[in-house]
Amino acid sequence: MATAHHRSAPPASLLPLGDAAWTVEFGDSIDAAVHARVLGFAAALERVRSVASPATGDEAGLWAAIVDVVPTFRSLTVHYDPLRCNGGALGAALLALAETSGSTTRVGRQWTIPVCFDADFAPDLDDLAKAKALSPEAIIALLCQATFQVYMIGFMPGFPYMGGLPAGLEMPRLSSPRKAVPARSLAIAGAMCAVYPWQSPGGWRLLGRTPVPMFSAAEAESPALLASGDRVRWQAIDRREYLEIEAAVAAGAFDRRSLMAMARDT
Amino acid sequence: MAGMIEVLAAGIGNSIQDRGRFGFRHMGITVSGCLDPLLARCANVLAGNAPEPDCACIEIRAVGPKLQVTSGPVRVALAGEISATLHAAGGDTLAVAPWKSITLTTGDVLAVATLPGGVAYLALAGGVDSPLQLGSRSTYERALIGGIGGRGIVVGNRLACRIVAGAQDERQAPRWRLDDDPIRVVLGPQRNHFKHQALAVFLGSDYVVTNQRDRMGMRLEGQPLAHISAAAADIVSDGVTPGAIQVPGNGQPIILLADCQTVGGYPKIATVIRADLPRLAQLHSGQSLRFAAVSGDQARQALLEREAQWQAWARRIVAVAPDTTAPDEPIISSNW
Repeated sequence: MATAHHRSAPPASLLPLGDAAWTVEFGDSIDAAVHARVLGFAAALERVRSVASPATGDEAGLWAAIVDVVPTFRSLTVHYDPLRCNGGALGAALLALAETSGSTTRVGRQWTIPVCFDADFAPDLDDLAKAKALSPEAIIALLCQATFQVYMIGFMPGFPYMGGLPAGLEMPRLSSPRKAVPARSLAIAGAMCAVYPWQSPGGWRLLGRTPVPMFSAAEAESPALLASGDRVRWQAIDRREYLEIEAAVAAGAFDRRSLMAMARDT
Repeated sequence: MAGMIEVLAAGIGNSIQDRGRFGFRHMGITVSGCLDPLLARCANVLAGNAPEPDCACIEIRAVGPKLQVTSGPVRVALAGEISATLHAAGGDTLAVAPWKSITLTTGDVLAVATLPGGVAYLALAGGVDSPLQLGSRSTYERALIGGIGGRGIVVGNRLACRIVAGAQDERQAPRWRLDDDPIRVVLGPQRNHFKHQALAVFLGSDYVVTNQRDRMGMRLEGQPLAHISAAAADIVSDGVTPGAIQVPGNGQPIILLADCQTVGGYPKIATVIRADLPRLAQLHSGQSLRFAAVSGDQARQALLEREAQWQAWARRIVAVAPDTTAPDEPIISSNW
């Protein structure tokens, strides 16, 4: 695929995921530049899909057959209805689009999410502090100064894989995973950071807990709080604030939009 | 007034499913839906529902539920390797076969039997009228969405459906059954993570379905498939879909099914084509299978043929008088 593309970035590859999905791959590692191409392609695809209807011509018909678009760290998987389009033609159109979509420069939504770092919410904070020869307070400060980028949502509904963990805080997974990680635990593994939307087994290290649900089926348009491309900062709160927000969420009186930060210079 | 059916016994492995939930996979929400959508369609049309859009029905994966009609008459139909016993309100007990609708009246109890393997469907006229969530009624327990309260069928569930006029004809059809040819796959997306020899093994040897299977996936056992290196047994997670065949470090394939996660970190040697996904649902534990590679165009042709095959089946549906007893030939034949 030696055709023109932006800034001499390596060409995208088109991989078949059966006869009802294509994966458009931009690289094989976790890398901000690769993810910027994923987001650029996602934005270009969203533009062509927003005007597509089966009635407006061949290519529009292809776009209208798309049923799901899943961005990951390094690729974008496009699921389609194979009875509504020719899969081969859709694949060719996707690859052509990927060669011109470039990297996104748009900064996604910015969130400031409250987290309580009390010891019972943060069973691995002391171990991390000891391993890094820092105080727990210093770890919390580093976490709250950093800006995290959401690479993808996966593993379970609403689970955000985030990069941006300060390099000094990297720590491998637990050698023996917990049987039950409490819902809304803030967790790290390697260079990744996440919040468990649900109680589940898990081997990531738990450093705090947010009162904010990562997933709410009642939000019919967007049940997952976060999306690929979003930026997140943590704001330390005490137990009283944690309980207040938790109670507001339970009463249906919490507006998630209150967490959307004003655009800030990066 | 709506028809109503109450669950007296939950059975095991029963859930409300429809065609699935689309447009939310980027949020980590799986498609869900019937494991064998064509068989579900059979049950639906026998119950008098339109084939499209697919009405929600009850998917049976092990022990069928016991149901009582609390507001009838309602029409139901079973499709698959399944039968039931009707304890009529009047005191009679009757055997209920699949592939033929039956109209139940208030007070009737339908005890659905146990499946020998695979999946079966119980459709209700009008479809199960449970709440639509994110565009679907399919149950997805991991996110507690769909079904009733996000859960599989439990005792006390009340399933709303449509009242039908009594004494109408029932609908009957021959058994719908798929072929036993090799399961067709499109190679990739990570075929280059496997040794050339592994592809030959994958396409040339038998794999046995283990009992480690649920709505998320099924583990197979057979000759291990070698990755080109130990590192090639992991990938930076990318998108997956029902039918994708993941191969972790032990070399034993796992086929993902309707409730699979949206992304995964194991390389995928191949993906089962859409035409053959229903056949995966009907495999029994201990059964062996083979894979055959096809091109994208062949996969498309196979899907069109599958659709035509189903339409041909649907044309063989006949109306029979409601009081007709069992047909001459036993409907559950021994060659299942």
